[in-house]
Amino acid sequence: MNITCRVVNLQEEYTALFDEHLSTLQAGAPDKMNALRLEAMESFKKLGIPSNKVEDYKYSNLQPFFKGDFNLALSNDAAQAGVTATFNCEVPALNTYNIFMVNGWYSHQNDISLLPKGVIVGSLLEKAKENPALFEKYYGTRTPIGSDGLAAMNTAFAQDGAFVYIPKGVVVDKPIQIVNIMTGDSDRLVFQRNLIIADENSQLKVMLCEHTLSTQKYVINTVTELFANEHSILDMYNIQNQHNFTTQVAGYYASQKKHTVLQTNHLTLHAGFARNNIKIKMDDEFCESHMNGLYLLDKNQHVDNFTFVDHAYPNCVSHELFKGVMDDSSVGCFTGKVLVRKDAQKTNAYQSNNNLILCESAKMNTKPQLEIYADDVKCSHGATIGQLDDDAMFYLRARGINPSEARILLMYAFAYEVLEKIKVEALKEQIKGLTERRFRGDFDKCDSCVACGADGQMSCG
Amino acid sequence: MLVIKDLHAKIDNKEILRGINLEIKAGEVHAIMGPNGAGKSTLSSVLAGNDKFEVSEGTVTFNGKDLLALPPEDRAREGVFLSFQYPIEIPGVSMVNFMRTALNEHRKYNNLEPLSASDFLKKMRDKKNLVEIDSNLTNRSVNEGFSGGEKKKNEIFQMAMLEHKLAILDETDSGLDIDALRIVANGVNKLKTKENATIVITHYQRLLDYIVPDFVHVLYKGRIVKTGGKELALELEEKGYDWIKKEFED
Repeated sequence: MNITCRVVNLQEEYTALFDEHLSTLQAGAPDKMNALRLEAMESFKKLGIPSNKVEDYKYSNLQPFFKGDFNLALSNDAAQAGVTATFNCEVPALNTYNIFMVNGWYSHQNDISLLPKGVIVGSLLEKAKENPALFEKYYGTRTPIGSDGLAAMNTAFAQDGAFVYIPKGVVVDKPIQIVNIMTGDSDRLVFQRNLIIADENSQLKVMLCEHTLSTQKYVINTVTELFANEHSILDMYNIQNQHNFTTQVAGYYASQKKHTVLQTNHLTLHAGFARNNIKIKMDDEFCESHMNGLYLLDKNQHVDNFTFVDHAYPNCVSHELFKGVMDDSSVGCFTGKVLVRKDAQKTNAYQSNNNLILCESAKMNTKPQLEIYADDVKCSHGATIGQLDDDAMFYLRARGINPSEARILLMYAFAYEVLEKIKVEALKEQIKGLTERRFRGDFDKCDSCVACGADGQMSCG
Repeated sequence: MLVIKDLHAKIDNKEILRGINLEIKAGEVHAIMGPNGAGKSTLSSVLAGNDKFEVSEGTVTFNGKDLLALPPEDRAREGVFLSFQYPIEIPGVSMVNFMRTALNEHRKYNNLEPLSASDFLKKMRDKKNLVEIDSNLTNRSVNEGFSGGEKKKNEIFQMAMLEHKLAILDETDSGLDIDALRIVANGVNKLKTKENATIVITHYQRLLDYIVPDFVHVLYKGRIVKTGGKELALELEEKGYDWIKKEFED
């Protein structure tokens, strides 16, 4: 089922839309999802879509993006239509387990039979019904529906997404790749909800790849909840490769238990207007968390990474590294909030955000925020905004290298620190190649932007 | 080969070079010595084309061409090689990639086809052996995590790869222990031919035991105040720079 809506006044119309289609939204969905749906809607009515008057959204006014004419898929019909057939993805060469999502709905998956016993991968809607206890234990427990209007909106509207559960003690040999595809011939509003759980002593690498296959305008509101239970190791790679008319607000809400290692990587190679809310809660002692990000912007792109690490317990470590390159009239934003609660002694929290501005019209806003209530901690933060180093440029030119080539080499060297953190070797090589092509400028013209893509074919980042 | 006439250069309106005159012929080795702040490194930067410095007067001709009119990359392609005092680290860019890019740009400038991968690797191997650089250094990113000595050896290796006509060694001896110094100096000597020339900029005489100069110039306050043979370097080592300063002030 597909509906068309026109939105001018945000809250009222979204509320009306919700009320009108509530029975469709609820149909077949698990009870907990529907209960939270109503609660979230109440909250959304109060909070609304954040404008830049909301402190946490100071650099990103989202209201204009949620206005306009959109199509909204209230069922998975379109996802079944085999639209992924034209999707020529290079990533299978990476040897991953793939799940395909179309416009927020589960479409199909490959090779899942080879997954270790007990691993659950598939549609959130279906898997929730098959595993109600598991779903109820985790769903919605990390999402701040009471304080974030967009998280509330997602919880109110979302019907499907990806579900990944790795049982106790299982190590998944290959990464699980969730390929999120936006396609169709009309402008579209999408709500997607993912739930990723690594149970005790399990290990999982999961990739969330975001793509646009057609030139339509997409407004995407995604929430991904991640749970790392005791002694688990969970790596998440988010690769964003969308055309310039895409607006994506993505919330990543993670919770870590004792002796876990969580690594999140946000690689924004190409996006129109992107906002990532990355919130990690250390829900016990001895957690280790690594948050990495790389954002490459040009034209009038806008990427805002908002990170929040909640050191709620003692003896935890967090490392945060975000780097960005801004060209043309693009705007980059970074907020790095670190909260060390009163009893979180022996916390080590390190944060750095480094930015390269390539021309005068590009802009970067960076805001480290440390809130420390414990007295035996080590915390550091550093934010830099600069240009390419003249001495380094001169060194390369003095070897006979063209200034344009020298720039590319130096930008690549700048980004490399983040690329190096990618632990999936094949993905690392691929992202390195994409990054270099992005800097060479032959990337936004062909692969990532369908506007110029040949024959509707594109390769997947 | 190189003719410098009345060269003046400044940075932030402060004049550092105040009328340098120097002529270098193919096959010669010139040492430029002088106290700190005399302008030695400025001279090398200006010759290589660092736009931090503004040339306010004078001319530099290199094999008949107006060197100052060329951007740094073209000077390099014409055969000017500056060995940096502080080579830059470029993480993530492999030496192989870096050298291939540089070498092929030189070749393009000289209307030559790019080297094939196998010819290029063979050339890397040959030059590595020539300058006694560890083979694993070239498998790493450019200068990343190299020690001071490794960086300087890497400069000489690059010089070998790019087949310079004029080498400018800017304080190549600084921070080198005696073994590294010997390797670096041997590399320089092996690369010396009748067709190329070398400018050795140094603070100390020791390097000149290994790279024997035909001329020694003393730079002081932006001018060459004294020129002599290699024995001048020994005299400076023994007496320091004070007598020159004194002579100059008087």
